[in-house]
Amino acid sequence: MRAAQTSLSSKDLLGIEPLTPEEITLILDTAEGFKEVSERPVKKVPALRGQLVINLFMEASTRTRVSFEIAEKRLSSDTLNFSASGSSVEKGETLIDTAQNLMAMHPDMIVIRHKHPGAPKMLADRLPASIINAGDGAHEHPTQALLDAFTIRERLGRLHGVNVSIIGDIAHSRVVRSNIHLLTKMKANVTVAGPPTLMPVEVERLGVRVVHSLDEAIEGADVIMMLRIQLERQGKLSFPSLREYYNTFGLTPERLHRAREGVVVMHPGPMNRGVEIASDVADGPWSVILDQVTNGVAVRMAVLYLLGGAHAAE
Amino acid sequence: MTVLIHNGRVIDPSQRLDSKVDILIEDGKISEVGKKLRQTAEMIDATGLVVVPGFIDLHTHLREPGQEHKETIATGTRAAVAGGYTAVCAMANTFPPNDERAVTEMIIAEAARNGACRVYPIGAVSRALKGEELAELADLRAAGCVGVSDDGKPVSNGQLMRRAMEYASMLRMPVIAHEEDLNLTDGGVMHEGFHSTLLGMSGIPAASEETMVARDVILARMTGAHLHVAHVSTAGAIAAIRTARASGVHVTCEVTPHHIALGDETVQSFSTNLKMNPPLRSEEHRKALLEGIADGTVDAIATDHAPHHFDEKNVEFDLAPFGVIGLETAFAICHDRLVRERVIDLPRLIELMSSAPARIFNLPGGTLRAGSPADVTLLDPETRFQVTNTFRSKASNSPFIGEMLHGRVVATIVGGVMKYDLRAPVTPPRPKPKRRR
Repeated sequence: MRAAQTSLSSKDLLGIEPLTPEEITLILDTAEGFKEVSERPVKKVPALRGQLVINLFMEASTRTRVSFEIAEKRLSSDTLNFSASGSSVEKGETLIDTAQNLMAMHPDMIVIRHKHPGAPKMLADRLPASIINAGDGAHEHPTQALLDAFTIRERLGRLHGVNVSIIGDIAHSRVVRSNIHLLTKMKANVTVAGPPTLMPVEVERLGVRVVHSLDEAIEGADVIMMLRIQLERQGKLSFPSLREYYNTFGLTPERLHRAREGVVVMHPGPMNRGVEIASDVADGPWSVILDQVTNGVAVRMAVLYLLGGAHAAE
Repeated sequence: MTVLIHNGRVIDPSQRLDSKVDILIEDGKISEVGKKLRQTAEMIDATGLVVVPGFIDLHTHLREPGQEHKETIATGTRAAVAGGYTAVCAMANTFPPNDERAVTEMIIAEAARNGACRVYPIGAVSRALKGEELAELADLRAAGCVGVSDDGKPVSNGQLMRRAMEYASMLRMPVIAHEEDLNLTDGGVMHEGFHSTLLGMSGIPAASEETMVARDVILARMTGAHLHVAHVSTAGAIAAIRTARASGVHVTCEVTPHHIALGDETVQSFSTNLKMNPPLRSEEHRKALLEGIADGTVDAIATDHAPHHFDEKNVEFDLAPFGVIGLETAFAICHDRLVRERVIDLPRLIELMSSAPARIFNLPGGTLRAGSPADVTLLDPETRFQVTNTFRSKASNSPFIGEMLHGRVVATIVGGVMKYDLRAPVTPPRPKPKRRR
């Protein structure tokens, strides 16, 4: 039998797609150890002491940026936050020039959020630092999928065979892509649901079931993952109105009764209450939305540790 | 100047010729084709080589005037002769666009001064390429334009397209259509399919091209005009063209080497040298293009040579401009993917790159008949080489860098003058050392 994996094969975390099931398990297992750190009175370990991590956020973010920064601080790294507004990006500096200038200051890791797919790979192909994708357009958001998986595992004890339904704007969601890769690699059963106008073509080739009815998606689900509806899409041919969207795909306590006993409701945030999810659900007993946020720190600590701390300790 | 090309395999699809004959060039023209022609002072030994009419590219962006940082008429035509082309049709989307006589005349004058091959300007369909009112098509024709196109953009307004076809048919020149419904494209950057879903990139559906091809073959039927569909990339477009032609519509079309060779799965690398419009399509579409080439639906191979500066392409995929260069790799790519893979034979490829483009656009060349211009290309189909980042084009945005290909262009003669010559320089024989007694 193969020995359990103890490190990741790549210097970067660009997405879930390139990871093996063993690597996913390694990250989740490592995160379990780190979760306890955040519950101590002194919430810090020296794993990344002396390492510089730059958080390069070229697109707005609350949860992910704060979560990464906390994770970095709890691992004792030096952390620098960089956002597009107020930087030379506003003067027209290209991403590659920005990144090369930052690289000249010798960071060990760069966490990047960018609105265009492939931007993290551009950096990874050109820079020696470890690149961590914190969301690139509608492509991938690997740490979100990892924290979702961590939360499911924590609640249900496993990923294998779990029925997960992901509902909403499938076409424009990076969360959905990373989650589909992760959950199918870990042998969970994935259903995606939403109006055809928000469904990307040939998505079933990713190994998921596609339905266009909320009730059908909820039927038999162990986990329901609601996706944020981008409000600016209403009336732009994606769906006629928020009102109609809520009536068709909004998750309410009444509709939840079709789910399995003990169903868990998730949302990557930020939520539109009363659009894709009713407050009674978001704040109700099914919801693990805030657990996801808590677990995000542990999962990001694990990723940072495995990419930076683990081989630095060799 | 008199030159004899001898010992080569001569393929001239315009006369269904494929045999070992000699070609005699005198005063820039082909004077004789036959066996054992008289010896001349200058001889080109084409042993092991294939001698063909010079290639003609129906679709080249030379970028001059206005974007000389990408390419110029001088550099673009040097790239052309390195690819075996003796003539290129220069697209109208320059700055200013070729929508009036003065620009056409400038292009022709600059090509005469600094061009390495013949340049046939394509005029704009609409003023400033805005798609609103007709450019002065008769004046453009009189100045030397051989067709009209708003290429780079579609003619979205159906009435404008109808009028352009009617007017162009009076002038006996084709309307070259970039077929795209911009509402269906909706900001897409790659083919809409499994891979755009995987990469989270916005897709350009095949329907964006196909709905417009359907409209334009109907308009071509209505007007009796010659519609030439540029860079066909989808199965539905091929089918629509095949059906329309069978029912008598005057429609011709071209396919690019990159659409023949590459599919949308390659975009996973996020390389911006895989971004062009129309985009690389999925395998079913690529196969339909090959079928169209094999059954004669496709009339010509055209490069859509679209040079961009390194800096412009060295950005996020979404932000990079559409387009790749193609003149210098076209023959080898097509020889590898079409001839070596037995889609068509070599004479048919030569027809697609030379005789057919000349015929459908009514251009000189594309033939080795006695009396025609001495535009001749020498090929070595068997030599294997690697595409490197050393192009004669000013740009290097090629998706084929690093590929090993079979088939080199060895020499290109334009109007009897050697414009590109890869043959080993002839070193004079060393004097024999004198024997010692």
